[in-house]
Amino acid sequence: MADIATPVPELKEIIEVEKIRTAFPDAILSINEFRGDTRVMIRRDHIVEVCQLLRDDPELQYNFFSECLGADYLDYREDYRFEVVYNLYSMPYKKNGTVHGTGRRIFLKVPVPEEDAVVPSITGVYTGANFPEREIFDMFGVRFSGHPDMRRILMSEDWVGHPQRKDFPLGGERVQFPGGKVGPAVSEVPVQHPGESFTGPTGDRQGEKRRI
Amino acid sequence: MATETRELNIPTGSLAPGVQIDPLDDSTMVVNMGPQHPSTHGVLRVVLELDGEVIVRATPHIGYVHTGIEKELEYQTYMKGVTLTDRIDYVASLLENAAFSLSVEKLLGVVPPPRGQYLRVLLMELERLASHLVWLGTHVLDLGGMTVYFYAFSQREKILELKEMMSGVRMMTSWIVPGGLRGDAPDGWFERVKTFVDEFPRALQELENLLNANPIFRERTQGVGILSTEDCLQLGVSGACLRATGAEIDIRKSAPYSGYENFDFAIPVGQYGDVYDRYRVRVAEMYQSREIIKQCLEHMPDGPINISDRKIVPPPRAELDNSMEAVIHHFKLWTEGFHPPVGEAYVPIESGKGEMGFYIVSDGTNRPYRAHQRPACFMNLQALSKLCEGRIIADVVAIIGSIDIILGEIDR
Repeated sequence: MADIATPVPELKEIIEVEKIRTAFPDAILSINEFRGDTRVMIRRDHIVEVCQLLRDDPELQYNFFSECLGADYLDYREDYRFEVVYNLYSMPYKKNGTVHGTGRRIFLKVPVPEEDAVVPSITGVYTGANFPEREIFDMFGVRFSGHPDMRRILMSEDWVGHPQRKDFPLGGERVQFPGGKVGPAVSEVPVQHPGESFTGPTGDRQGEKRRI
Repeated sequence: MATETRELNIPTGSLAPGVQIDPLDDSTMVVNMGPQHPSTHGVLRVVLELDGEVIVRATPHIGYVHTGIEKELEYQTYMKGVTLTDRIDYVASLLENAAFSLSVEKLLGVVPPPRGQYLRVLLMELERLASHLVWLGTHVLDLGGMTVYFYAFSQREKILELKEMMSGVRMMTSWIVPGGLRGDAPDGWFERVKTFVDEFPRALQELENLLNANPIFRERTQGVGILSTEDCLQLGVSGACLRATGAEIDIRKSAPYSGYENFDFAIPVGQYGDVYDRYRVRVAEMYQSREIIKQCLEHMPDGPINISDRKIVPPPRAELDNSMEAVIHHFKLWTEGFHPPVGEAYVPIESGKGEMGFYIVSDGTNRPYRAHQRPACFMNLQALSKLCEGRIIADVVAIIGSIDIILGEIDR
């Protein structure tokens, strides 16, 4: 085995976690460290306040909104289905001789249950969350309350279903000339129209429930 | 490193950011631009709401070349996934390969040996040059200057030839893979690279001579599309657009990957953050990339390019002839692949467009459970409406060109 790229540091309370804990005692659900990155699971109602705290605290200065993304843990999680991951960066830029930011990166996670898939939008804190939140809505069907423009972004307006959900089949969409015999899964997948009602094979992971 | 200093003159032809639009006047007109407009770089559609010729609102509509690469990645092994990343940003495919490989390597907990890292840096910088040359050619073409296009693309062609000499493919090389590279440089390749970087500054100087003092180019770019540092950070805009505002930041320096900390180069910054500054910053970056390539050639270490773990990198062809174990490793790797431990990894790199990286969730199987790209262009495009408001239609063309968008990366 070759060298370890990033040694796993000892688990200790990092400054971000400390600050969040002091300001909002019940906001943190869990903390995970992997290869030097910290991922903090935040209670859904607190995400806007926590982002605001990380951005405005002079010691933290998370000035750059890197992105947010969704993930569907259909097979793995019991109490919720989706996760929204916020990737924040304290960008250490130098301007006119002053250095801003600390160069630290933190990942915040929000668990989202399927039956109530609404997360408060953080566009009020970081305007850059506009497009990524729309993408998450488009791909996973997680809505963002308070978002200025909650529309689909990549798929067409009349598309049914959310393509990156784990139960949405790959290659199952209707094609322009369906008469042909060639093509991948078009003939094999029993689907009338791409949609959430689909109950078919979703790969070899089906029926297997593990925690990751 | 600051580019030249100059006075900021807001062109009088279009209205300044402080333009007043009567809110009670409902005589606005909606004009559709794209998706087949020649200066929208592919299939970007922008709906412009106009008051006279002044833009009140610009709404980008994207998704025309959405191919579901992120979904597709979930169904491929890590080895096969690399080939899909080429197709995302098709003018800088090696940078996409590198970002994907770095994230997978972080999951696996491995780093390639020094020669592999240096070779990667060399290839990535060549690719950055190619990406910037495509940008320069098409951007100036949009503004009505055709000559630059041919000269920029003839230089890019030389880079494509170098890639072809190494991999046999001009564009979609998939040459950077988890664990190292697909192969080492062939005989005579470094000499060809050296000839290229020796001749490159003269060619770039020629392009600059066509533009720097060109009154038409300056009129159309200076004072147009101004974005402040704060706006950039708020909107998630990174890369040359951010550096043009005067903020000195480069992921290669702030979070070095692939051994960039061993190289000596400067971060060019602009002054006002307008279209002209973005042009200056990118051109200055090309000279810096050349410096990095020269250092690579000078200090290229000897040794293997790949890690020695046969469970991650296939054995060399010669070993297959006389080692049963090598055959088994080869077969297992190409059919099943490797299994990174359960976890999540994100390694940002400085692509030609800005911060770019892959967020990969591993569930311990041979395929990513979730693979998401942080697309630099997608985030940079968010600035479009802010940049266009209060400007005229002709400026939209200059602004779209200056934020350097590749629709393949926006739509994925």
